Amino acid sequence: MSDATPRPTALVIGHRDFAAGIISAVTAITGREDLFRTVSNYGLDTRGIEALLREAIADGVTVIFSDLPAGSTTMAARRAQRDFPEVTVVTGVSLPLLLDYAFAAPDAVHAADAAVEKGRAAMMVARGTRRAD
Amino acid sequence: MPIELHRIDDRLIHGQVVVGWGQPLELRFLVLVDDEVAASEWEQELYRMGVPPDMRVDFVSVEQAIERYASFASDPKPGMLLTGDIDTMARLCLAIPALRRVNLGGVHHRAGRAQKLRYIFLTRGEEAELRAMADTGVEISAQDVPAARVIPLDAILEGEAIA
Repeated sequence: MSDATPRPTALVIGHRDFAAGIISAVTAITGREDLFRTVSNYGLDTRGIEALLREAIADGVTVIFSDLPAGSTTMAARRAQRDFPEVTVVTGVSLPLLLDYAFAAPDAVHAADAAVEKGRAAMMVARGTRRAD
Repeated sequence: MPIELHRIDDRLIHGQVVVGWGQPLELRFLVLVDDEVAASEWEQELYRMGVPPDMRVDFVSVEQAIERYASFASDPKPGMLLTGDIDTMARLCLAIPALRRVNLGGVHHRAGRAQKLRYIFLTRGEEAELRAMADTGVEISAQDVPAARVIPLDAILEGEAIA
């Protein structure tokens, strides 16, 4: 019997240190380090990024969170997804979105949908008002 | 208005292009020169996904880019021409006398390439190709984003400026 901890099936990919940074915030809030893998696009062309994502998919990743919809990270994820349609790609990732996913039931596809709604709903513009006194 | 930037970037359309350069230069169109992408509706759809609705993208082969360059260059709106590798840009420079300035925006790590800058890695063959382009009068420099320092080809090839 193996007592090895299962590797996360969700992965965050971003520009430079984005993924490591945002996951450090997730860990600080949830206290858990076992929820997401991280990948950086740093120093890699799109094919190189895609190769890393394909390796991760082969190792069990089913949901990829990417930072920028127009970015090389998303392009690479979509290319990898072409051969693995069971993989879900989520773009425009934010901390509220990841936290919602982290606390969701382990139904990857629908958890991603709900997390995106949470991420959208978390955005707001707050303007100050002058105090009456 | 001439094309604002002729850029070699192996990521083609991505954040630095659309946001980093696109916003300060107020780019309204991109010419993506790549034979493979020009032949694939799926690839084109993928790249279109990353472009704001007010920015046009023309997907063309090398041959089409040469034929249509004058019309791209006479477009009244500012635009950028992109290739994914040095060889494609060299072919364009050879065929288009008006193309005299090239931006190295991103040539990333791959087996056989040596690091020249943080975002530029070159094989010996690619170095020779860049020198040959420069020898014909093409001005080549590296700059990944507008706020970064412009680094001329000589400094890149001499490895003076890894930063």
